[in-house]
Amino acid sequence: MKNRHKRLIFVLAGLAGLAVAATLVFKALDSNLSYFFSPTEVIEGEAPVDHVFRIGGIVEVGSVKQTGEGLTVHFSVTDNANNVVISYTGILPDLFEEGQGVIAQGKLGADNVFYADEVLAKHDETYMPPEVADALEEGKKKVESNGS
Amino acid sequence: MIPEIGHFALILALCIALIQGTLPLVGAATGRRVWMNLARPAVLGQFLMVAVAFVCLTYAFVVNDFSVLYTAMHSNSQLPLLYRVSAVWGGHEGSLLLWAFMLAGWALAVNLFSRSLPEEMVARVLGVMGLLSVGFLLFILLTSNPFERLLPAALDGRDLNPLLQDPGLVFHPPMLYMGYVGFSVAFSFAIASLLGGKLDAAWARWSRPWTTIAWVFLTFGIALGSWWAYYELGWGGWWFWDPVENSSFMPWLVGTALIHSLAVTEKRGCFRNWTVLLAILAFSLSLLGAFLVRSGVLTSVHAFATDPERGIFILGFLVTVIGASLALYAWRAPKVGLGGAFHWSSRETMLLVNNVLLVVVAGMVLLGTLYPLLLDALNLGKISVGPPYFDAVFVPLMLPLIFLCGLGALVRWKQDDLVALMNRLRWVFILSLLLSIVIPFMMGRFSIMVTLGLLSAIWVISVTLYGMWKRIIGISGNRSFSDGLRSLTSSYIGMVIAHIGVAVVVIGITLVSGYEIEKDVRMDLEDTLTMAGYEFKFKGIETIEGPNYSASRGLIEVRENGQLLTVLHPEKRIYNVQTMPMTEAAIDSGVFRDLYVSLGDSLGGTAWAVRVYYKPFIGWLWMGSFLMGVGGFLAVSDRRYRLVKRRNKKKVVAPKVDMVEGVKS
Repeated sequence: MKNRHKRLIFVLAGLAGLAVAATLVFKALDSNLSYFFSPTEVIEGEAPVDHVFRIGGIVEVGSVKQTGEGLTVHFSVTDNANNVVISYTGILPDLFEEGQGVIAQGKLGADNVFYADEVLAKHDETYMPPEVADALEEGKKKVESNGS
Repeated sequence: MIPEIGHFALILALCIALIQGTLPLVGAATGRRVWMNLARPAVLGQFLMVAVAFVCLTYAFVVNDFSVLYTAMHSNSQLPLLYRVSAVWGGHEGSLLLWAFMLAGWALAVNLFSRSLPEEMVARVLGVMGLLSVGFLLFILLTSNPFERLLPAALDGRDLNPLLQDPGLVFHPPMLYMGYVGFSVAFSFAIASLLGGKLDAAWARWSRPWTTIAWVFLTFGIALGSWWAYYELGWGGWWFWDPVENSSFMPWLVGTALIHSLAVTEKRGCFRNWTVLLAILAFSLSLLGAFLVRSGVLTSVHAFATDPERGIFILGFLVTVIGASLALYAWRAPKVGLGGAFHWSSRETMLLVNNVLLVVVAGMVLLGTLYPLLLDALNLGKISVGPPYFDAVFVPLMLPLIFLCGLGALVRWKQDDLVALMNRLRWVFILSLLLSIVIPFMMGRFSIMVTLGLLSAIWVISVTLYGMWKRIIGISGNRSFSDGLRSLTSSYIGMVIAHIGVAVVVIGITLVSGYEIEKDVRMDLEDTLTMAGYEFKFKGIETIEGPNYSASRGLIEVRENGQLLTVLHPEKRIYNVQTMPMTEAAIDSGVFRDLYVSLGDSLGGTAWAVRVYYKPFIGWLWMGSFLMGVGGFLAVSDRRYRLVKRRNKKKVVAPKVDMVEGVKS
């Protein structure tokens, strides 16, 4: 085989590999992205109905309730303007606490309760997830503009 | 006083690094021997100074000197001595000092083991490493000085993050950093060859052992981190596709590609350009990892401290290093040349495919890691990319790679008859296929993914052993076994062990993903749960006191066929200083399965939420990683690297004389 042919084959094989990889990647990215929404955005109906997304805020003090005999917990998160009730079945992370920042991933139910399959609290008492910090900032602005 | 000595030593180290990073490089370019000869003493001096600084900081931790801000932030008088020492690298400033210390250490090692290299090469390699040191030392001194004083001194420290108070975390960061920083040697060799415009098989032979050792450290570091996450984070996962894990995994993938392409460059002189590019990429990705972790742009369990000023400095350093080296590459690479030609059915092709797949996988991981940052920066929304993305792109690309990992080592260099080879291997393949169909049924449930995973792994093991057998009995097939065994080089045995290690990891991943059982349950006194033939009985909670924490300790009896197997003691600890709750899982480890129990919250009365997991074959993950590392060490210990040095010594003397005369004339 001539050098030129060989190079051509390599280039073609490389391009084919790239095409397969690109298809895989975009398919995978498309179905596995989850966007972040603040409680206010969820209340205003900006969050998708049938797609997984993330919500974050402060766990409202006094809102954590065990329900029944199982491991299902209800609590609400707030950005100080609005709040959303979250339902989660399982064991909450160590640093989950009332008054602390939290992020939950899951879907919004028809009853406007957010059904989480994952709850994340950060492994540092002073740390606030940047998304939550931003959401709180927005919530604060909202309250101030409503008050004036 | 001691902290000031440390600070002063760091400043001196920077000054020496400046000399090391400039004069020898200029000397090599202009042919000034005296300037080139400055490299070796400068390396020694820099190493001593950084070592003094490191010892001073460690001393501050050991004697609980809380007038040092960094010590006050990361230690406490109650902390056991072992953790006071490991707390030195428990925070940002100390980890950077450890980086700098290791960089100086690697340079010292290059200095010691490069007696046979041409002087110009040594000057260039050490010079480039000096420039890297300048970057790191400047970063430490300008933005993250670990010796900063706290006045008035704190009465006691804020304690080390309880997550880091664990034997696994004593060794995980140093191992990982040794790997990251170790790639700087391969990088410096690559840059030196671009500067010198000479890149041949001898060059590949020099940089190969360095690259392999760095890769071994990185492999151990990643495996230790994964093991730590498994038993310490308390939810039984071993890999989360967390951005910080990804940033250690990307250099590993590219580093793996690099050690394979170096093999081609050494044996056949091909892939030269490509090898140089990989060496640049591997170290650039290590730096990118440092940027991602240290700048705080990521939301991650690892992102402890955030400071925009530091982020900007590292970003600047990153852009300079990557930009300059790629520019140099674009300018000089054509001089280096591509190397010899080869047939499509040859080991070169196999290794080329290996390289392409590994680099593509690294690219996919990079995309998934950086995509959220990109969208956020463009104000297109805050997203996160979940593990399903990584699984979806990783598995289909890795499977063919693993199939080839068995085959590639059997294909001859330059040209081989692939069809005949396949023909010889068909029984091996059929046997592997049968086993990988039967095993899932023995595990209780058939699944096509499990079969594919097992097939690739068993294929690798059997083909690798087949190849070794053929080598032992020789081409004619009548050599005695012991003679044949003695004829195997240690680099060949190393490769065999490392490839079997890959297969063992794959078996572990496949079976644990396919057959693990995870249950979160509510357990009251005397409640039992049966899982995978084991019976777990909750016997209640007792309170215990540790050296710097108090804990609720659960008692869970495990029975198999009615016989008491073991009693597990999962703990829920509250550390005294940071009052942070911590879950300590209790694990009964075995060769074929782990039983994993951890405590959730008290549910009132005597009931607790409990995690009970059955993890088949999970230990194989770490066993396999260990084999890969051991294989790497064996490969480096090959006699060939030492023999070559001796031979080189004779060769090198003559051109040296030429060069000196050349300067005179």
